[in-house]
Amino acid sequence: MTAVTERQQLAYIANQAADMRVNVELETEGMTLNIGPQHPATHGTLRIIVKLDGEQVVAADPVPGYMHRGYEKLAEVRTYPQVTTLVNRIDWLGSFANEVPFILAAERLMEVEAPPRAQWIRTILFELSRIGNIALFLGDMAVQLGAVTPVFYAFRDREYVLNQIEAITGGRFHPNFDRIGGLKDDIPKGWVAETKGVLTKMRAFCDELDELLVGNEIFTARTRGVGVIPPEVGLSYGLSGANLRASGIDWDHRRDSPCGLVYDKLDWKVWTHPDGDSFARYWVRLQETREAILMLEQLLDGIPSGPIMAKVPRIIKVPAGEAYVATENPLGEMGYYVVSKGDLVPFRVKIRSASFNNISIVPWVLRGVYVPDVITILASLYFILGDIDR
Amino acid sequence: MITQLAVELAYWQQSILRSVGVIAAVLLPAGTIVYLFLFKMMSFMQSRLGPNEAGPYGSMQLLAEVGKFLQKEDLIPDGADRRVFTWAPIVVVASTFVTYVVVPFGPDAWFAQIPTGIYFALAVSSLSVIGVLMAGWSSANKYSLMGGLRAAGQLIAYELPLVLAALGVVIQAGTMDMQGIVAAQRTGEIFGFGGIGNPFILTQFVGFMIFLIAMQAELTQPPFDMPVAESELVAGYMTEYSGFRFLLFFIGEYATAGAFSAIAATLFLGGWALPGLDLDNNLMNVLGPVVLLVKILLIMFLVMWFRVTYPRFREDQLQIFAWKYLIPLSLVNITATAVLKVVF
Repeated sequence: MTAVTERQQLAYIANQAADMRVNVELETEGMTLNIGPQHPATHGTLRIIVKLDGEQVVAADPVPGYMHRGYEKLAEVRTYPQVTTLVNRIDWLGSFANEVPFILAAERLMEVEAPPRAQWIRTILFELSRIGNIALFLGDMAVQLGAVTPVFYAFRDREYVLNQIEAITGGRFHPNFDRIGGLKDDIPKGWVAETKGVLTKMRAFCDELDELLVGNEIFTARTRGVGVIPPEVGLSYGLSGANLRASGIDWDHRRDSPCGLVYDKLDWKVWTHPDGDSFARYWVRLQETREAILMLEQLLDGIPSGPIMAKVPRIIKVPAGEAYVATENPLGEMGYYVVSKGDLVPFRVKIRSASFNNISIVPWVLRGVYVPDVITILASLYFILGDIDR
Repeated sequence: MITQLAVELAYWQQSILRSVGVIAAVLLPAGTIVYLFLFKMMSFMQSRLGPNEAGPYGSMQLLAEVGKFLQKEDLIPDGADRRVFTWAPIVVVASTFVTYVVVPFGPDAWFAQIPTGIYFALAVSSLSVIGVLMAGWSSANKYSLMGGLRAAGQLIAYELPLVLAALGVVIQAGTMDMQGIVAAQRTGEIFGFGGIGNPFILTQFVGFMIFLIAMQAELTQPPFDMPVAESELVAGYMTEYSGFRFLLFFIGEYATAGAFSAIAATLFLGGWALPGLDLDNNLMNVLGPVVLLVKILLIMFLVMWFRVTYPRFREDQLQIFAWKYLIPLSLVNITATAVLKVVF
């Protein structure tokens, strides 16, 4: 097992320096490798400039921004209901989850609260987007490690989840369904029973991947001890979500600050893993998907009756003030800091998206690893390009 | 085969016939493998349909693919070493063709009979490393270079267990002649029972497993596809190739798969021989190739099955696996075979 710990990384760098001093005339030239912006492993346009010595990484420098779309600025010229259309496209795999924190921030400023039924359905859609998002990670990680098959299973089974989201919102990828004070529509007839069937399929999918990958010796050998992030380092780089929980930090917005969503009414647990390596990050996400299925079963059984919208004026003007609301999105903590001057449009929106902070650890964690492990670590950190470059 | 014909043929006529025969022998299994396993079986294992528009069940898809590759622009990068770049795919394909030369398809259906056939086959099959290195070096691309070097390291590391596994068979058969190995299996007996002969997969099972694993690595198929790992090296040494040159690499890959399977089938599954029929039966000249093809497909099924199931090894794990596990195991296998050969 070739676990590259922090100490080994530092030892490697010290060795390098020693070699340089001793063998000035034999000094070999390092190679600079551009991973991206067009590269299969970055699933998007992330560029990582890697300095190599043989196959070992000496320094890595991520260059985000190739897909910057300026959503923070665009949000300043759109009315509050229009902003959800934009923010759908941040983390495009779990779109609905992007709308929720923004709407919650606006609701907090307006001092409106969505009726219980709307909150439940919000939570249901939130968890469905989480399953849809993480299912793809579970397959994609395998593809980055060279097993092509699981990703097809992931796409196949994610389709069922997307169908359910489509049945309720009308959009597979970009629902644009959340409204200030509630939701656009109620759930259609027969939807709850159908979704329960989908949950059975997703549970089978999780079990299948558990057998196919987690129990596989090659998978374990490739991921265990690779890209270890100690908890204090993870915290100092501002990691969030499963990346942090895989380092053993028991912190989840759903449990710790469930504003506007009904997680406190459910019986569930937060999964953590003490190792902090790539395997832990995969395992935690797999368990979270299972936990989300458990949560959804409780949610589907307990939808309260009542209206779907609170009383909100037709033309939404948000009173002056500022609010920051963060939720536990599939990728980690996602928050919107909304400043209002009492206008139709927000004065300033700061988007805190999880992936941008999650990849900030890349230079640290890639030091001293082999090129194949670069891909493993990037895959296990799980970023979505739209979530890095807003 | 030619010498048995009633008509005496001139040397050049024989040469043409043999060339056509080798091309058929190389391309037919390669095409079957690509269509049957790469297109269809892989699709079904991955819960998709695979090609189904071109011809019945998509069987004409291969022609469509070849047509596509022929239409593509033939690109050579500016910084590339043009001569080496253009020759690399040819070297790879040539090594495959030469490997097929010693594989027997029937009692009289062979291209060349060399007393040290298996030695020759294993020697020339590793020539493709040179082509791969040429491609990696001349492409003027860092991904290609890394792919080429990884391929060289891997192919050399797995050449050893491959040869050592074949050695067990050679000891047991007492000959290096491929035809002789087939005969030894057909006429062999297991504890006095000669009904099915003695396919060496039964007595050399460890050798067969080692050969299969090493073969998978030699073919750079997952889980040993580090040299062409598409998620990190884009396409490894093939990154800069397009059009017909890429097609040559592609043919080379699957024709080599067929060649190695043919050798494995000859060494361990009894080659072209069928249990019910005599070795010198004339019918075997016609049936033999079919029997061998079926056995090739059986082995390729295993290879492709592993391919779609497993994630890939890392370079260092791959080397450790070869040097620390496979090679000692095959040495033990050889020793045991030799001892048992003397005892019985």
